[in-house]
Amino acid sequence: MRDSGAEDNPAIPFRARIMTSYIFVVIGAVLVNNVVLVRILGLCPFMGVSKKLETAIGMGAATTFVLTVGAGTSYLIDHYLLQPFDLGYLRTLAFIVVIAAIVQLTELIIQKTSPLLHQVLGIYLPLITTNCAVLGVPLLNVGLKHDLLESLLFGFGSSLGFTLALVLFAGIRERLDGADVPIAFKGTAIAMITAGFMSLAFMGFAGLDRFH
Amino acid sequence: MIHSPYVRKAVSVQRTMGLVLLALIPGIVAHALLIGPGVLVNLAISTITAVGAEALMLHLRKRPVAIAVGDLSAVVTAWLVTLCFPPIVPWWLTVCGALVAIVAVKHLYGGLGQNPFNPAMIAYCSMIVAFPALMSQWPPAGQLSFDTQLALILGGARDIDGITGATALDALRTGLRSGTQTVDAVLQGSAFGALGGRGWEWISVGYVAGGLFLLAKRIITWHMPLAFIGVLAGISTLFWLLDPGRFASPLFHLASGGAMLAAFFIVTDPVSGATTPRGKLLFAGGIALIAWLIRNFGAYPEGIAFGVLLMNMCVPLLDMKTQPPVFGHHKDAKGGGK
Repeated sequence: MRDSGAEDNPAIPFRARIMTSYIFVVIGAVLVNNVVLVRILGLCPFMGVSKKLETAIGMGAATTFVLTVGAGTSYLIDHYLLQPFDLGYLRTLAFIVVIAAIVQLTELIIQKTSPLLHQVLGIYLPLITTNCAVLGVPLLNVGLKHDLLESLLFGFGSSLGFTLALVLFAGIRERLDGADVPIAFKGTAIAMITAGFMSLAFMGFAGLDRFH
Repeated sequence: MIHSPYVRKAVSVQRTMGLVLLALIPGIVAHALLIGPGVLVNLAISTITAVGAEALMLHLRKRPVAIAVGDLSAVVTAWLVTLCFPPIVPWWLTVCGALVAIVAVKHLYGGLGQNPFNPAMIAYCSMIVAFPALMSQWPPAGQLSFDTQLALILGGARDIDGITGATALDALRTGLRSGTQTVDAVLQGSAFGALGGRGWEWISVGYVAGGLFLLAKRIITWHMPLAFIGVLAGISTLFWLLDPGRFASPLFHLASGGAMLAAFFIVTDPVSGATTPRGKLLFAGGIALIAWLIRNFGAYPEGIAFGVLLMNMCVPLLDMKTQPPVFGHHKDAKGGGK
């Protein structure tokens, strides 16, 4: 984050300060402000694609690609198109169009390179378009006043955090298949409770993205 | 030398849990003598709540109540919840903690042996997130009379700010964050004893004694305590040698907070922890690493509980990746690699 203490600590050389602030952007996006477990974005694929570990990894990879490219492209659109012409009110619309285009591109690439993954991801690949994390991260980038590199790193870190949460969640859910969960809590109910406990655990990272 | 045939004693849940309770007693006695008997009151409250909740849940699920309550597992959970809470928390906080642990964490996942998270640690984390002030009121050694403690627990006393002091970890954090003090200067304060927090360090010794008893009885294996203590000591030694002004010594880290209780009683939870030998080492080492990070850089003074939960989340993957090959098979030939 921009307001981290590293920026105004004169004891650290400028170059090192810049590096540290970039590292903290990534750590912050992966752990401290995990896009799923702390910002509670992108719950649809988090619940939908986490029943099997393999699909979770595939979904994570696809989202990582879309989110990183989307964050960078959105920054360029916002910085060179929307802001100079004072079109900030079109931001949400513009970002959605850009992301939809990138998702289509990803789908084409995956279809050609890995038909199996394409088959496994099925309906969820087009659904990345409606993954609010993919729209949320570019909007957060604007709000946090990130520059291009920070936007890319924030997008990449957020999608790593998304993948991490998704894969860990899938591991637990695979194990829960064998648990004697009460009937009323079987399936999505116990998954939601588990997600809540995971979110609780991630609160422990609070404060780790600042330099003391 | 012992020769075969070996006669193995039946290992029952009841015996295991009974031994764990027995092993907790030295720490509890030290706690009651040094800090005050308030912990005993909260132990009673949590035990009653946990056993009651356990019986109710079993009854609701139409499971045999008497057998499952008699296995003492609910009592162990209740005791661990109380021992990681401050001893003078109001009674309703203990009740909430025990209910969260037994109902939400244990029985919603199907009861004993099926919960992916450590019940006591979920109880601690949810309560410290919900009631950070109450959960940080740790009384200094030997300064509160039993009457005061009872009044605090039962809700008779309103103003407790003047009574409680900062814990060793809290005082160190506040002192260092102010930017003007070094570790040595902070450690001169009244909250500190020879090893860690004054008074609390001897409770840690009590837990170590209990833990060694469990090791001797083979209730727990050496992997997790060793990896936990080893990694915590290793990383704190490294940073302490690099900058003793900013980082506390390994001895301080090991004797403060819940490190010893965690090393022998919490990290070693057989249900929510990793099960393979290598997985156990990684699991406990990971907890120590996260705990040290949170203690030094995080927003919470004690990070072990969050470390346990975060590593609990990794357990399915750890177990999957560290599965030893079946005897007679090559590592790369094991079926499917799962």
